[in-house]
Amino acid sequence: MRFVKLALPKFALAGMATLAAAAFAVPVLAPATAQEHGAAEEHADAGPASGDHQLLEPKGGWKHEGFFGTFDVNAMQRGFKVYQKVCSTCHGMRLLSFRNLGEPGGPFYDARYPNPNDNPVVKKIASEFSVSKIDPDSGGMVSVPGIPADSFPSPYPNAIAASVANGGAVPPDLSVIVKARAGGASYIYSLLQGFVPPPAGLNVSSGQHYNSYFHGDTASQWIGKDPRNKPPGGFLAMSPPLQNLDIRLQRDCVEGSQGGTSCDPNTFDDGKPTTIEQQAHDVAVFLSWASDPKTEARKQLGVAVIPFLVLLSILTFLSYRRLWRNVEH
Amino acid sequence: MSGPSTYEPTTGFTKWLDQRLPIIRFNHDLMEFPTPKNLNYWWTFGGILAICLVVQIVTGIVLAMHYVASTDGAFVSVERIMRDIDFGWLIRNIHANGASMFFLAVYIHMFRGLYYGSYKSPREVIWILGVVIYLLMMATAFMGYVLPWGQMSFHGSAVITNLIGAIPLIGEPIKTYLMGGPAIGDPTLNRFFSLHYLLPFVIAGVVILHIWALHVPGNNNPTGVSVKDVKKDTVPFHPYYTVKDGFAIIVFLILFAYFVFFAPNALGHADNSIEANPLQTPAHIVPEWYLLPFYAILRAITFDIGPIPAKLLGVMAMFGSIGILFLVPWLDTSKVRSMRYRPIAKQLFVLFVLASVGLGFCGANDPDKFVFKFGPDKLVVNYVDANGQPQTSPKFDAYEGAGGAQEFAGRLPPSSGASIAVSEDGFKWLWASQILGSYYFLYFLVFLPLLGIIEKPKPRPPSIAESVRKKHSSVPPAAVNPVPQAAE
Repeated sequence: MRFVKLALPKFALAGMATLAAAAFAVPVLAPATAQEHGAAEEHADAGPASGDHQLLEPKGGWKHEGFFGTFDVNAMQRGFKVYQKVCSTCHGMRLLSFRNLGEPGGPFYDARYPNPNDNPVVKKIASEFSVSKIDPDSGGMVSVPGIPADSFPSPYPNAIAASVANGGAVPPDLSVIVKARAGGASYIYSLLQGFVPPPAGLNVSSGQHYNSYFHGDTASQWIGKDPRNKPPGGFLAMSPPLQNLDIRLQRDCVEGSQGGTSCDPNTFDDGKPTTIEQQAHDVAVFLSWASDPKTEARKQLGVAVIPFLVLLSILTFLSYRRLWRNVEH
Repeated sequence: MSGPSTYEPTTGFTKWLDQRLPIIRFNHDLMEFPTPKNLNYWWTFGGILAICLVVQIVTGIVLAMHYVASTDGAFVSVERIMRDIDFGWLIRNIHANGASMFFLAVYIHMFRGLYYGSYKSPREVIWILGVVIYLLMMATAFMGYVLPWGQMSFHGSAVITNLIGAIPLIGEPIKTYLMGGPAIGDPTLNRFFSLHYLLPFVIAGVVILHIWALHVPGNNNPTGVSVKDVKKDTVPFHPYYTVKDGFAIIVFLILFAYFVFFAPNALGHADNSIEANPLQTPAHIVPEWYLLPFYAILRAITFDIGPIPAKLLGVMAMFGSIGILFLVPWLDTSKVRSMRYRPIAKQLFVLFVLASVGLGFCGANDPDKFVFKFGPDKLVVNYVDANGQPQTSPKFDAYEGAGGAQEFAGRLPPSSGASIAVSEDGFKWLWASQILGSYYFLYFLVFLPLLGIIEKPKPRPPSIAESVRKKHSSVPPAAVNPVPQAAE
């Protein structure tokens, strides 16, 4: 009995992986650490390397995919923390307002606050960002703490300022980034883990960073080596953003129920380790939600509409059969 | 075909109205319209297309209430519809995927017409009106794709307007009128929005003509044999075909709903979620899937013929591939309508469908990339010889060691600027599109005219009623196989 208990999940997982691989011709990869990746690159001489690098996926796939998939709320909340503490220093999210965080399907939705503008977590988050507004007394621009109705502020006043501050590269707005990249969440997840040490023979210009998943080309920088074995990926101006920092979450903090030291925003309450892999996963989940905040409402309606249409088609088919039963056709 | 009207007004009001505006009679006659009893499911796509048009117009009107046609506001307003408008995500997903569903249905509808010879006498005008609708649909869809103002919207429209500019004499002025200025910008977006709102109503008008033209000779049918006895061969449109079409429409809506609710972006391109940036061209500009076969034909022509440059030839081939459809009723010389009874034409038709689908794949892929490779990649050394001429070395298998590319490059003087490059060898997508594109034209220009003369058709059933009876009765009626005098 004990044997069966142990063996069954492994068998099931292997079976699922095989099925998935057969169905999509895409092997399901377990998340690999950055070190493992570096090692893999050095042995790439075995076969012809291509510009495309198989994207990583979290173990068991994305929870928000599939017909019934919903966003992992804890992951979204942690992912928001990553956005707030790391990404938002360079990347805006102009299509989102703070209130979106507290709307149904959002990371901080709370059924007690049907109006997200009343949601204390959302209010607190908004107040942590400073927003430029016209001062009603003087008419000049002032920087004030945000309210839930405000949009997320962009870190730079315009694209030129963003470009100057980042060595010529404009950090893209992250509002629709998962929709705007082939591979979606898996691409974000892979890219954030793809900052591996460049393989020997790859010349990286200053201000550039090698990433084994970036959509680019390494051919021109692959010096003195067989061009057929050029490493996958490309170069980007963004330096590796994620480190094993203590980016943690305390979502019940403002409720005041737990007060005191547990209210420190740098400690988290769900016990997740803050590895790069975990942060990359969480921020990819958060950005998937941000790209399409109505995903859950959409699927819920679909799960009702399609069975209804199937039922209606059966009834119509039976009417058709009955009506035509005496007509040769 | 339709015969005298059977409508009898019963009440005082309907008698009064019938004398003045016989609209009830009109509807009654449409519903009673005698329809061949042997129509199969390929005939349900007309009804499906009518639904598609209504869905697009209704959702489009709602979207236009929220859309902002300006280069600064378009992208953001579309995202606002998706995020902040009540059920805006639903309306927009239906509209965006509805275009794909519309084209899927129209392609099946057209292939059905081509297979069963529905364009032949006396239905030429129905077919021509159908091709007009199809052209209007392509124009509408192209302009609609520009409106979200994503990267593909912008650069796709730049490619198409430049094509029009390639037409001699009239090309440049048309291009300027389309763009509303020297480059694509606010004036372009505004006129595309205006025309995108107008053209669906033009389509609706031509659809009325298409249906009117259909109600003169009546439906073709899978045997291609004309209706000989209205009582034996036909059933009233309602309720027989309203229910059958209704069933097919609902099944089609299930597929539609799958895309709307579970894969709303599957048919689109990720780059169109990036706001248009004139200074940054996407790596591969591709149109929406339903225009890909024509895009492949456009790019298949890479050679000049005499004084005509390749670009203009490509444009001519692309427009020609659609224009040729207008001539199909006269290019097909066979008197037998249905390819059921045309053994050679049937096979060539299957190849034609495969070629059309294959052209779609060619359009989606980079023409210089390979369908398959002939072998492993080799290496070549590019260098400049003593006379200052650029040279390419023979191919090498190995990089290092004796007989390798590195050794060859090392023997050259430093002034030669030797660089080692990958030499790939395989079957290019370009060649695939040239072969399939040639078949596309051969089918219409050579095979259809020739087959009518050389092909010996199989026996046709004497009537629609006989064709459906023979499935059930033990004694099959004698089939007819004289050379037909008129189309049948």
